[in-house]
Amino acid sequence: MPGKTRDHISQNESLLFEMSSPGKKGYQLPDLDVPQVDAAEALGAANVRDEIEDFPEVSEVEVIRHFTRLSTWNYGIDLGLFPLGSCTMKYNPRVNEAVARTEGLLWAHPYQPAEVAQGAMEVMAHLEAALAEITGMDAVTLEPAAGAHGELTGVLLIRAALEARGYARKKIIIPDSAHGTNPATAAMVGYSVQNLRSNAQGMVDVAELAKLVDEDTAGLMVTNPNTIGVFEQDIVKITSLMHEKGALVYMDGANMNALVGLARPGDFGIDVMHLNLHKTFSTPHGGGGPGAGAVAVKAHLEPFLPAPRLKTVGGQWQWDYNRPQTIGKVRAFYGNFGVLVRALAYIMAHGGPGLRNATLDALLNANYIRKGLEPYFDLPYKSPSMHECVFSDDRQAKLGVKTMDMAKRLIDYGFHPYTVAFPLIVHGALMIEPTETESKPEMDAFIQAMIAIAKEVESDPQMVLKAPHHTRTSRVDEVGAARKPVLRWKPTTLASKAAD
Amino acid sequence: MRYLPKSDSERREMLAAIGIDSIEQLYSHLPEQAVLHRPLAIEPGKSEYEIVDYFKKMGERCATGYPSFLGAGSYTHFRPVMCDVVASRGEFLTSYTPYQAEMAQGTLTTIFEFQTMLCQLTGMDVANASMYDGSTGIPEAAMMAMRITGRHKVLVSRAVHPEYRQVLLTYAKYQGVPVVEFGYETATGQADLADLEAKLDNATACVIIQSPNFFGCIEKWKDIAAVTHSKGALLVYSFAEAASLGILEPPRDADIVVGELQSFAHPPSYGGPYSGIIATKEKFVRQIPGRLVGETKDADGRRAFCLTLSTREQHIRREKATSNICTNQALIALMGTVFMSIYGKEGLRELAQQNLSKAHYLAKGLKPRFSAPFFNEFVVAAGDKSAADVNAALLEKKIIGGLDLGRFYPELAGCMLLCATEVSRREHMDAVKQAFV
Repeated sequence: MPGKTRDHISQNESLLFEMSSPGKKGYQLPDLDVPQVDAAEALGAANVRDEIEDFPEVSEVEVIRHFTRLSTWNYGIDLGLFPLGSCTMKYNPRVNEAVARTEGLLWAHPYQPAEVAQGAMEVMAHLEAALAEITGMDAVTLEPAAGAHGELTGVLLIRAALEARGYARKKIIIPDSAHGTNPATAAMVGYSVQNLRSNAQGMVDVAELAKLVDEDTAGLMVTNPNTIGVFEQDIVKITSLMHEKGALVYMDGANMNALVGLARPGDFGIDVMHLNLHKTFSTPHGGGGPGAGAVAVKAHLEPFLPAPRLKTVGGQWQWDYNRPQTIGKVRAFYGNFGVLVRALAYIMAHGGPGLRNATLDALLNANYIRKGLEPYFDLPYKSPSMHECVFSDDRQAKLGVKTMDMAKRLIDYGFHPYTVAFPLIVHGALMIEPTETESKPEMDAFIQAMIAIAKEVESDPQMVLKAPHHTRTSRVDEVGAARKPVLRWKPTTLASKAAD
Repeated sequence: MRYLPKSDSERREMLAAIGIDSIEQLYSHLPEQAVLHRPLAIEPGKSEYEIVDYFKKMGERCATGYPSFLGAGSYTHFRPVMCDVVASRGEFLTSYTPYQAEMAQGTLTTIFEFQTMLCQLTGMDVANASMYDGSTGIPEAAMMAMRITGRHKVLVSRAVHPEYRQVLLTYAKYQGVPVVEFGYETATGQADLADLEAKLDNATACVIIQSPNFFGCIEKWKDIAAVTHSKGALLVYSFAEAASLGILEPPRDADIVVGELQSFAHPPSYGGPYSGIIATKEKFVRQIPGRLVGETKDADGRRAFCLTLSTREQHIRREKATSNICTNQALIALMGTVFMSIYGKEGLRELAQQNLSKAHYLAKGLKPRFSAPFFNEFVVAAGDKSAADVNAALLEKKIIGGLDLGRFYPELAGCMLLCATEVSRREHMDAVKQAFV
């Protein structure tokens, strides 16, 4: 048999720029129904550009093939279990996509008169009420565009409230297990960050916290369940302690999927929190956004929420801009509305009792995986797991194989890797969150894959160290990418000229 | 429940494997005060049919099908069908931020193409993988300029979108950053160079303008750049209407370009989700916020892509990061990439040309408030009829008129900002003109 004469075509798709040819078209606009205006005359010749240099010219057929071929180099929840801890990669119901494309909602302009925007406003009000009930908080803003943006909003609210009391204070306490966005956010609001070491159970050390908190402490940013998937046992004590010192408590709601219908942050003393609608409420991650970072607050923070706020006057929804104590706007318009529609559709599909059942299944799945993998991987914290479990690569690292290597090998078994090397309090972490939307057979297959890898580490470590073997792309050189960054395509003729 | 793929017998098997009798044991360790002892007060779960029906009803209360002449940062453009077709593929829709490069080459390759096309459109060397939107891009650009220059004052034109300026103020408030506004010329509607020169000093990190500006006027950015650079400050050039990039000279003299890409494939959607962008010169790349995709090789020497320069970012640098941004707007950016591919070099030009022609047809016969050249929106002076009267008359004809500028600019009360795009029909534009008579 002769060998292959050329590469596999759809596995070697070119960049759009490389398939471009002058005059190829993928569009047709209708004929103008008004006179054509001379651009140089209307805009001034100096304001009119020459051609868009090197911009692609491709046909419609090439566009669909290009993006379809590229899509096959990706992995999504639709293909299988996606156990990224703290990311809550759950099934994204397709009806949510359908309703987000409802004609009147899709084309509603943010400045169209309220009398012809009542439906969009009611959707937002409906979602605000549902999220307030789920969190046990008093008011919700839907303006922030993502989780980190919600954090920014939340810490701004804390600062505004303390300022209104007369002193904004200086620092925010953040446990060492927190997401990197927490300290980055505190810094953006002008607070210094005080690191709080976790205790032997991986939880907030209340005695240590008591030592740190003083009259300069503005607040605590706490994730509950925390990033090792453990419910903060002393959360009521923690929030009381902060309140006694006049400080506020922010909750990072990244792990809210463990609590919906079971426990409400408002009931355990949280003042302000964000929800990642793209995690807990099933809106698609889309390869990194769009998300939405709704922020829920207790009544004492309501006056400071971003403007505008929804209100009803004579049975009609209106936007209220008269908010003298507001922190201002954190984003133009009202928020990622299309994402909000999807989140509400999700809440409606489950309903109150159903949301609790989903949470219980999320707990069940995480604990099933923990039980299945515990004999093979080191479990640094034995505290009960909620929606995720965190192992360390301690046993495998002794044989020279690290968490990242095993993550890459997991790809060969058809699964997306777990979260690697986070949280920072676990050395060589494997952070696994299956979510409630995984079936037993899917999880059994995942557990078997992980066990097989653990055995490979002992019998054939090279197999793991050189993984992945069965993907289109073998291990990608990330170090090389950062050393001499190539961040855009350039025609080879230009590049070779530059090299000369 | 249809989203929970387990039978009760499977649940029992799993409980047995864990070694417990009931699912309640999984949370029995929670402190009593934290546990909710009643069902959530949310209606029981609904069928797909009921959900579709609910949103259909909500949509019907939103002026479905009305032609609209609103722009002001959110534009109504035709969306090629391909944008939704590609973005609906589960491999894109349900994927995560591409940290695991070997399993995300599809997303990474499209972002690399996106970054390249944005560079080609803006005349910059580097573009990031997207920001939340144009409004949040502005303070991110300002903070970037502060890091580069080591200075702390920000000058912003009053002709920048008012809501973008509000967002800038919110971000700047607690970072010790004075934000100073400079005015616009009342005759032309363009940034007032004299006022800018008076306020510009050696403490100024950057000057922020928008072009076309909020009034639709094309700014004299070459002059503004010269003035800005004379004091060692950076020019931040922002845009809200990406369709203008197809015909306008790219702002090569700017140091940072920040903009809103909603026009490329995303509908107004009552204000979001949209997608922002920051682009800059090569020499500033290490100060750019957000995700960047770079070209590299795999272990077999083949071309591959991955996220890069992440030492700028929060998950590595924590409180010393360039920004707290994590999630961006990848899927919207993907739609924009498909949009740009479908239209291509000639199409973006023709699209811009059609916008220009439609807006100038609409303006003909109306009283323009400003004299500067405009792209697809412009301000109509207050005449015998106020903006509110005109809009009310149009709404009766099931047409949504323009934006009453008095809301953001008291001195322009009664003036109206009107926008026409390639989807504006002549008959509706004639009706708008008629309403002013």
